[in-house]
Amino acid sequence: MQKKHQALWGYLFISPQFLGLLCFSLLPLLYAFYLSFVNWDGFGVPLFVGLDNFRGQLSDPDFWKALFNTMYYMVLVIPAGIVLALLVAIVLNKVKGKEIYRLFFFMPVVTSSVSVGVIWMWILNGEFGILNHLLRAIGITGPMWLTDTQWVIPSIALLSIWLGLGYNMVIFLAGLQGISKSYYEAAEIDGASKLQQLRYITLPLLSPTTFFVTIMMVISSFQVFDQAFVMTNGGPAKASYTLVYHIYDQAFIDFTMGESAAAAMILFAIILVFTLLQFKMQKRWVHYGD
Amino acid sequence: METRQNSRDFLRHVLLAVGSLMMFFPFLWTVLSSLKDISQIFVVPPQWIPDPFVWSNYPASLEAMPFVQAYMNSFYITVIIVTATLISASMAAYAFAKIRFPGSNVLFILFLATMMVPKQVTMIPLYLVMDRIGWLDTHWSLIVPGALFNAFAVFLLRQFVMGIPRDLEEAAVMDGAGYIRIYWSVILPLIRPALAAIGIFTFLGAWNSFLDPLIYLNTPEKFTVPLLLNNFKGLYTADWSLMMAGTTISVVPVLLVYMIAQKQIIEGITLTGIKG
Repeated sequence: MQKKHQALWGYLFISPQFLGLLCFSLLPLLYAFYLSFVNWDGFGVPLFVGLDNFRGQLSDPDFWKALFNTMYYMVLVIPAGIVLALLVAIVLNKVKGKEIYRLFFFMPVVTSSVSVGVIWMWILNGEFGILNHLLRAIGITGPMWLTDTQWVIPSIALLSIWLGLGYNMVIFLAGLQGISKSYYEAAEIDGASKLQQLRYITLPLLSPTTFFVTIMMVISSFQVFDQAFVMTNGGPAKASYTLVYHIYDQAFIDFTMGESAAAAMILFAIILVFTLLQFKMQKRWVHYGD
Repeated sequence: METRQNSRDFLRHVLLAVGSLMMFFPFLWTVLSSLKDISQIFVVPPQWIPDPFVWSNYPASLEAMPFVQAYMNSFYITVIIVTATLISASMAAYAFAKIRFPGSNVLFILFLATMMVPKQVTMIPLYLVMDRIGWLDTHWSLIVPGALFNAFAVFLLRQFVMGIPRDLEEAAVMDGAGYIRIYWSVILPLIRPALAAIGIFTFLGAWNSFLDPLIYLNTPEKFTVPLLLNNFKGLYTADWSLMMAGTTISVVPVLLVYMIAQKQIIEGITLTGIKG
């Protein structure tokens, strides 16, 4: 191979994806940065307004509402989602015929958010939904899930936990299979109970996987949109209005491109801070084997 | 000891069976509801098995909305995106892993950095650009960005190409192979599992994508399956049996494909998930 041609070939091979990176990520990112400093409806002449859009966001009750709803959703989804997925993975790991169970648990992952949104609208319907019928059978009066301002975020969280359970479970399962059996054999000889084995072997050795799952869940939870859009249109009374919903609304309903870009920049900053914070805190609880 | 093990196993199976039912039940309930008459839908207590089976909900949904067209749209858009991603991302992965060229490190870091950018940030500028170049309400707005930009695929495939021993390439060079031959005949066959994983990942992402089509497309004939279903929902919110028929049409083919290919799909996700 001639050295002088080497570089040329390198550039040639990366060019399609690099062109994509440039056109669909880097330049739009710069453009979004610029937009966040202008006042523009998408048609007329953009007007430079400095930090007004950011100030506007911080004094916009809708922005705070959206941020609060998103955080509330995260608090419900992330711990419950992780614990459930971990439990199912642990129970599933040692069972014969795990492929059959895996098939069912993973099923929602391949379906579109719109399809499952419509399905759950029907299940959670306050009057005729099957969930409230089942609850009534055991003597509980179920709430008006999607039309009650108190229950709409928990409802969307419930759907999300159901939806993501299989995905996280499969990741945990892969992590569990990476733990050598010899640890458990040694613990068995030392007389450690199953619970102690879970506490001192499984959980610490699984912590890198848990870390990965947590990071992915935080990032995706901040971007929750589809379910709220499909099932509730952000309602009732904006009770399920999320950050991405806010960005969408401002750009494509109100045509305030600058305000929307500023909100998107703030979302970006929040995700960045949360991710960095998680990396900082991982020293406290994530154990990487030798 | 033996019986304790057995009862523990039994308990595990009971728990998993109940869990599986909870995962599967919403789909089952959807299909059952789709075969009911609107009057059976609102019966209290709920009627489990449709009586009679109202098959006409299906022709009615297919007539109300161009579902067949939407499937064709989703299918061809997804196939192009997957094929183009596999080729373009593996080319970049090969270059980053095996070819030395000035700036390669900086460029690779750029790819890594863009994985941190949420889609919502670039959504507005991309919409404005698509508007400017006349791609709004065309499939180009979905296909071209999907096909040409996938930093995650580049990153993951590069990890796999790095694992290919130098000797193999050197042997190919001895035989007089150039970069294209090495890429095509040595690298690609060796990273096939990773390609399959990325292919599945990209397929699911493109097929289920909702926000992009929602922003870019206006004409119902151009809609993808999720977008059409959302539109359908908007028009038939009161007619639950018709809505459930439409939802079944959107979800059952996907589930069938999943059941056939579930082993590959789950392994693919595991592979990409862990490495990502």
